[in-house]
Amino acid sequence: MSAIFDVAGVTKSFGGLTVNRDVSMRFAAGDRVALIGPNGAGKTTFVNLVTGQLVPDAGRIVLAGDDITRLDTVARVTRGLVRTFQVTRLFADMTPADHVVMTILRRMGNATRILARFGGDSAANDEAYEILDALGLGDAMRRKVGEIAYGQQRLVELAIALAHRPKVLLLDEPAAGVASSDVPRIERALERLPPTLAVLMIDHDMDLVMRFAKRVAVLVAGELVFDGAPADVARDAKVREAYLGSYGHASRDA
Amino acid sequence: MTMRHPPLSDAALGIWPAYRRDVYGILVVFAASIAGYFMFPDSLALLTRIVSIALLVLSLDLVVGFCGVATLGHAALYGIGAYAAGIVCLRAGITDPFLLVTIGAGAGAGAGLVMGAVLLRTHGLPQLVLSIAFVQLVQEGANKASAYTGGSDGLAGMMPAPIFGMFAFDLWGRSAYLFAIFLLVVVLAILAVVARSPFAMLCRGAKEDPVRVEALGVSIRPVLLRMYAISGAIAGVGGALGMLATQVVGLDGVSFELSANSLVMLALGGVGSLYGALGGTVAFMMVEHMVAAINPFHWMTVIGGLMIGVVLVAPRGLAGGLDDLQRRMFGRNSETRR
Repeated sequence: MSAIFDVAGVTKSFGGLTVNRDVSMRFAAGDRVALIGPNGAGKTTFVNLVTGQLVPDAGRIVLAGDDITRLDTVARVTRGLVRTFQVTRLFADMTPADHVVMTILRRMGNATRILARFGGDSAANDEAYEILDALGLGDAMRRKVGEIAYGQQRLVELAIALAHRPKVLLLDEPAAGVASSDVPRIERALERLPPTLAVLMIDHDMDLVMRFAKRVAVLVAGELVFDGAPADVARDAKVREAYLGSYGHASRDA
Repeated sequence: MTMRHPPLSDAALGIWPAYRRDVYGILVVFAASIAGYFMFPDSLALLTRIVSIALLVLSLDLVVGFCGVATLGHAALYGIGAYAAGIVCLRAGITDPFLLVTIGAGAGAGAGLVMGAVLLRTHGLPQLVLSIAFVQLVQEGANKASAYTGGSDGLAGMMPAPIFGMFAFDLWGRSAYLFAIFLLVVVLAILAVVARSPFAMLCRGAKEDPVRVEALGVSIRPVLLRMYAISGAIAGVGGALGMLATQVVGLDGVSFELSANSLVMLALGGVGSLYGALGGTVAFMMVEHMVAAINPFHWMTVIGGLMIGVVLVAPRGLAGGLDDLQRRMFGRNSETRR
């Protein structure tokens, strides 16, 4: 199967410390991949390399056949590589509808128009309404983001991501900080992501990961030690060692 | 197109709902300005100067209030507009007031692009320091280039033609003031459109969280540079108006002091609000005018006291304070609640 997104042998060092060593991951359209790993494994660096905040020391990143290794964040987003943020980054004084309309206008190439009325494009408005309504934000979409619940703000992050119509979506802990009663709403939204979209989720929450992912990758001390089926991840010796240390062997013996 | 869902915003309802408040606002400003013409016939020179400075403060609001740029050098753009119009009037024999204002706007826009390109390399305190350096350099440049600018003596002797060939810029300043009102209304109308554009939304976003805007797929610098050019054009209009009204251009027009005062006026009126910028200018200059007449040495003390009072009572400036007051008097409504 041809890869829509290919991260090939990416390495990044800060001074003498190699934070990502020869990390390779391939994504096909429709993939649902979770990247997990203990604290300090280099997940954040990997996210920054993929989204263009950092440039790798070695390796290539290819999106839909184009080498994007040296492109900045903006160029990657416009090519269809979109992320959500671990901590919501929204404009407190604007409404969810404003955020989504702005994103749609960007996609249409109209976001920087000066002689136009923001909110006056009915096609953009209709699409924004559809996206927000499908995520259950019908009541909140006209209120300022600063006033709505955190769980709803997380859904706004997803709504923005969908408005981009991305090829590859990177979800950075989509349920982080959300009250456990609201997590099912996020999960339902994740289940309804477009089937052709390749999704990489970075998360600690193993319940969420196991329900969402069809494939799990494990990053330990900057190296990818596992990339395979969720069912196999807990049986993998390297993963057990990384998470449980020598106790991993003890529990297997028990 | 039929709407199958509730409107997402007032702007979605059509042109009139989107711009209704701006139309009312501009009508109020127009009516108040005309009232000033009849109420203070002996102070038209002061009123014209207020409008001229108000254009500077409006232009400052575009970069400070909309884009979050920290600047104490914005008068550079005002002064460059004034000098450009003045020099062209003296040397090229261009005397048509509309053309001179256009030249002032063009010079201000060009200077805005340069200043923006310098200031947008950094932000926060270094940006503030750069802005001061910029205005000082421009002022020193104007001082040294005395062959063109008249140096510390300033530029004088401009003879702008009458407006439409009929209304001369005379000693009473009637034509100048009416011309000023015209420019103010035109600028406010343009800014009303700009302020409700997708472009302005991006600027507001970039002010709050540049990383988020880049993640939306928009490069910030070109957007902010464009706003700087627009801002420069409006400051340049203000400068050219000052030149036409007084027929003098001096180094004080490109000074740090004027830059700092315009920032105080903006803070007084309310950052991010066009009508706040206007109100702040009027309040500041009225107080300056009255108190300076009583005690020419200590008027700054009164301005200082006024500033402290505003910060304590209405931290969002006069416009923000009025907003809060209205909300307290007429109850809360969910659309505008903060």
